[in-house]
Amino acid sequence: MAQMNMLEAIRDAMRVELKRDPNVLIFGEDVGKVGGVFRVTEGLQEEFGEERVFDTPLAESAIAGLAVGMGTQGFRPIAEIQFVGFIYEALDQMFVQAARMRYRSGGRYNAPIVFRTPFGGGVKAAELHTDSLEGLALQTPGMKVIVPSNPYDAKGLMISAIRDNDPVFFMEHLNLYRKFKAEVPEGEYTIEIGKANVVREGSDVTIIAYGMMVHTAVAAAEELEKSGIKAEVIDLRTLLPLDIDTIVESIKKTNRAIVVQEAQKTSGVAAEVIAQINEKAILHLEAPVLRVAGPDTVYPFALIEDTWLPTPARVAAAVHKVLEF
Amino acid sequence: MSKQPHVVHADPVTPLSVLSLDGDVVNPDFLPALSDEQLKEIMYRMVFTRAWDDRAVNLGRQGRLGFYAPVSGQEASMVGSEYALNKDDYVCPGYRDIPQLVWHGLPLYQAFLYSRGHQHGGQVPADVNVLMPQIIIGAQVLHATGIAMAFKKRGEKRVAITYTGDGGSSEGDFYEALNFAGAFKLPVIFAVQNNGYAITTPFKKQTGAQSIAHKAVAAGIQGVQVDGMDVLAVIKAVSDAAERARNGEGATLIEILTYRFRPHSMSDDATKYRTKDEEAEWALKDPLIRFGKYLEKKGLWTEEDTDRVKEEAKATVNEHIKKAEATEKMTVPGLIDSMFETTPAYLEEQKADFQ
Ligand SMILES: Cc1ncc(C[n+]2csc(CCOP(=O)(O)OP(=O)(O)O)c2C)c(N)n1
Repeated sequence: MAQMNMLEAIRDAMRVELKRDPNVLIFGEDVGKVGGVFRVTEGLQEEFGEERVFDTPLAESAIAGLAVGMGTQGFRPIAEIQFVGFIYEALDQMFVQAARMRYRSGGRYNAPIVFRTPFGGGVKAAELHTDSLEGLALQTPGMKVIVPSNPYDAKGLMISAIRDNDPVFFMEHLNLYRKFKAEVPEGEYTIEIGKANVVREGSDVTIIAYGMMVHTAVAAAEELEKSGIKAEVIDLRTLLPLDIDTIVESIKKTNRAIVVQEAQKTSGVAAEVIAQINEKAILHLEAPVLRVAGPDTVYPFALIEDTWLPTPARVAAAVHKVLEF
Repeated sequence: MSKQPHVVHADPVTPLSVLSLDGDVVNPDFLPALSDEQLKEIMYRMVFTRAWDDRAVNLGRQGRLGFYAPVSGQEASMVGSEYALNKDDYVCPGYRDIPQLVWHGLPLYQAFLYSRGHQHGGQVPADVNVLMPQIIIGAQVLHATGIAMAFKKRGEKRVAITYTGDGGSSEGDFYEALNFAGAFKLPVIFAVQNNGYAITTPFKKQTGAQSIAHKAVAAGIQGVQVDGMDVLAVIKAVSDAAERARNGEGATLIEILTYRFRPHSMSDDATKYRTKDEEAEWALKDPLIRFGKYLEKKGLWTEEDTDRVKEEAKATVNEHIKKAEATEKMTVPGLIDSMFETTPAYLEEQKADFQ
């Protein structure tokens, strides 16, 4: 097995699929020669040619709309939106046109597109480069949403996303691109879309997280362990479909839960997870499920983002709250 | 004063036309090569479309259709532009462009179903190369670039045509599409049907540009303006654009100057924003009268032909509206099952609430 960071794992997934299926294409702003501003697609144009991996003019709606048109003709575009804050420019094409294609056409057309975008804070990027906009996507029927937290998952999930015949919003946390390396198998393997992962077992409380916050949750769990509290940590991996079954199984064991998200608190993924826990597991709860999240402000300038983002200490404090309820 | 070389100039454009209002050929150089049979077929389709529009408006008033945007006045633009294409070319329409879809192969009853909000209306048969009508103004213009790029990548000599209105030409997606088509040299035709109004907003409030055709210049594609009440001129413009596209010469923006005789949709009142004089002036340019005169002079068409086609259209429309009405109703579980290729568990659960 090879050692890869998340960025390399995502690239490897795209390479595997470009090789396997001539209909897979990569396009976006600056994805060609340099391989994108984070080098995620580096080397792919060289290997597969400009017909398969190409730069577009600077226009997000057009990138997404081009993908929709090509998707109707059997191509499988991987369209990169350079930074998450720019998806607003493409929202109609992503959330309306791609996500409704199958429904509007009664199945005649589909949109087998992966919309890739880097997101996520803690890297001192410019304004509108790091926001967590996954909650918007969850309000869009017809689009799957994936947020990997590590290289192994990222590759397997990306391959699944490319092979999926429906549109997938694939969000890559900026802070995880080069954070660490891990063992990643060569060649192809898939991770099922819609399956969460229990990354740490425990019996006292369930901490539900995704993306970068999985690492924050694990750090908190390690801290808590020192005082004898055993936290189970669930990595959602896919936000839609959400694997509520894995969450409920865990809560049956722990009877307590908190949800951690980097996004602003109101109406986001955590709110949805808690609503589903209420529907499916309320009788197993000993305490209300709490959220640890960013405050409901604009994502701040780099100077204060470290205090704005949820920290292991805030997660641990929430755990104490539910344990002492 | 002589032109300053560092200032961009765009000369005024004159619309391409072939026929005079009396149906005489005034520009023989632009006369498309069509057989008598083809000429009669074009007239047939225009008369049919007018009669169907009349009937649809009535059906709308009776509540038997849903959203419907009238087309009469625009027959030359709609019928002519579609006629200039091949069956394997792709049509990416706006909400008003139902005639192009139907003449390109979409069964009429499906168009009615679409109007009524039935999903089967958008379920285009596999051998019909059209997208379903688009509600978001301009979105389809980008889809056409994607489809055209697919043709180009596969080395197919096919063309994508997309339609929007003068209002649609102000949307960001429109500019992005033109620019992509220019940058990638795509086999796509942007047909802008400038019918003078976007709902109620007149063209002079839509843009400061002297014409929509001029917008091609900045995108590096060809721009053309055509008299949209002259079906032969429309056919000529679209055929030329399609030929250029098939030859790898890239995209064309065609501004089609036309007029909708009826209001924007069934729910607005055109007297609030249009004058009787203006309507009378455009009525003189009626594409059916103009082309009809041309055909009559050639001995290819008579008033009886028009009456016969109208009757035929009425009967066909009746048959298809009945078929639409008899189509199985949509169900919520059916809708849920059309969201994804495989319905995920959480949606299976939601289905149970409706069974
Ligand atoms: C993005 C978007 N904005 C606004 C509307 C509402 N709307 C529907 S039709 C229309 C005017 C369109 O005018 P034009 O493009 O000139 O087409 P026409 O109906 O005259 O053929 C507007 C504003 C819409 N459907 N989509």
